[in-house]
Amino acid sequence: MSFFDQLKRSAAIAKKDLRIYYFRGPVIIQGLLIPAFLFLSFSFRRDVALDFLLSGLVGMALFFAVSAITPVIAPWETRMKTFERLISCPISLWAILLGDIMASMLFGLFITLFILVASVIILGAQIITLPLLAGIMAGSFCFSAFGTLISAPPADKPSDIMLISTLIKFPLIFISGVFAPLYEMGAARFLSYISPLTYYTDLVRHAMIGEAAFPPATNVLALAGFAVVLYSAAVAWHRKNLDKRF
Amino acid sequence: MDIIRAVNLVREFDGFRAVDEISFQVEKGEIFGLLGPNGAGKTTTIRMLTGVLKPTRGRAYIGNHDIQESPIRAKQMMGIVPEMANAYIDLSAMNNLLLMGELYGVGRDQRKRKAETLLKDFQLYDRRDDKVKTFSKGMKQRVILGMALMNDADILFLDEPTGGLDVESTRLIRYIIRQYNQSGTTIFLTTHNIEEANMLCDRTAIMNYGRIVAVDRPEKLKNTIQSTSSVEIAFHKAVNEDDLHFEGVSSMEKAGDKYRLFCKQVEKILPKLVRYAEETDNEILSLRTLGPSLEDVFVKLTEENPA
Repeated sequence: MSFFDQLKRSAAIAKKDLRIYYFRGPVIIQGLLIPAFLFLSFSFRRDVALDFLLSGLVGMALFFAVSAITPVIAPWETRMKTFERLISCPISLWAILLGDIMASMLFGLFITLFILVASVIILGAQIITLPLLAGIMAGSFCFSAFGTLISAPPADKPSDIMLISTLIKFPLIFISGVFAPLYEMGAARFLSYISPLTYYTDLVRHAMIGEAAFPPATNVLALAGFAVVLYSAAVAWHRKNLDKRF
Repeated sequence: MDIIRAVNLVREFDGFRAVDEISFQVEKGEIFGLLGPNGAGKTTTIRMLTGVLKPTRGRAYIGNHDIQESPIRAKQMMGIVPEMANAYIDLSAMNNLLLMGELYGVGRDQRKRKAETLLKDFQLYDRRDDKVKTFSKGMKQRVILGMALMNDADILFLDEPTGGLDVESTRLIRYIIRQYNQSGTTIFLTTHNIEEANMLCDRTAIMNYGRIVAVDRPEKLKNTIQSTSSVEIAFHKAVNEDDLHFEGVSSMEKAGDKYRLFCKQVEKILPKLVRYAEETDNEILSLRTLGPSLEDVFVKLTEENPA
């Protein structure tokens, strides 16, 4: 069985996920609304440039969109007994998880495209660059793998995993330079280096306002590195817990 | 030639041994039944054979493939109906079948044709675009069986395929199982329905407390306990049950308006029953002699092999 065959089966999983979990009104609205509300809350009466906050919004939007559903797929399918069905099919665990990530990436790209087009209209400037596109791809994979990693505990209650997800995601938002430039964060800046969202936000900020803490290539490489580490950890942890799901 | 082989399979859950050193082979083309009460270890066994659970010890082979070492190749040979209904309820019947086709690498045109054929065979074609969550339990089970048949598997694993279904769905599913078996598919099914095992299986393994206590053809299993032949009789008028404990009757059961008298020599009981009816001015409505049923074998073997 070739690697390419497994990839085709990952695509089938992605198609299934998109049909079942993603392109639904509430999910799309959630992908746009949560970042928008956070954006409005933190921009209200603050003396921060619109383009600075908008770049943070683009960063948050991708992060929220792709990590919204991936954490609940495994527990939901465990509960519905469809996970056992998938595991009994001739598809590797890594390919199943890759399929979940692919679906999440496509959804994230859809949401990001929507916000980028809005940003171009608001800012009236060309902001879509090659490093930004590479960063969006690497970032969407990375954040999706992060969601898949969160779903590894063998729970069958999506609410349990959502709680863990929320407890991890919101602190990450505040340490990743979304609402304040990294140079204003003082000692907390060093904490921001462990968050992949930092590099993605920095990359978007570079594309939108030309200011960034790191060169674009460094940000893309950091996101790619996080993506590999998080995906590998997700596969390993899911494999370790697989027996406990049944 | 065997197509499924279990060798000393053991599965433990936190120290509890759910499956205890079982070994058996299933021949290509046969219908093999794993019969046992709830909790006997049937589902754990089928999960180990299908690569869902890792055995604590032992090996399982599908064709020439060790399920642990070559899981993808082994799984490619199977179609599976797991115990719990597990089609995707938010997908249509057609999309559930197409998804399985894709996961088994069936080509685009072929999987479309196959899905349409199966939906027609299972009387679901008119509802093919409806989400499975709108289906009855019997219809869902037909979708699940259809999903298992999408890849023209060499082996079909069926875990309690007719559990809790209505008569129509049960008959349809049994018919399909026989049809596929006649066209060469090997069937491995677990059931706690003795009659189902009796009707469908070429060979049956009886499992209890994680161990296999007997494996043979259903009729041969029945022959192992010939001592439990019985007479089933119904009278026109009610009788005193104590009067039926003739010499040679080892035990008696009342089932509805009938009495079943267990004995070693049926021929010695029959004249006594006729004489009893005459003496009590009663009338025999029905009378038949019965050999041991698979249920008798099952009860005897599971009682003899406690945990």
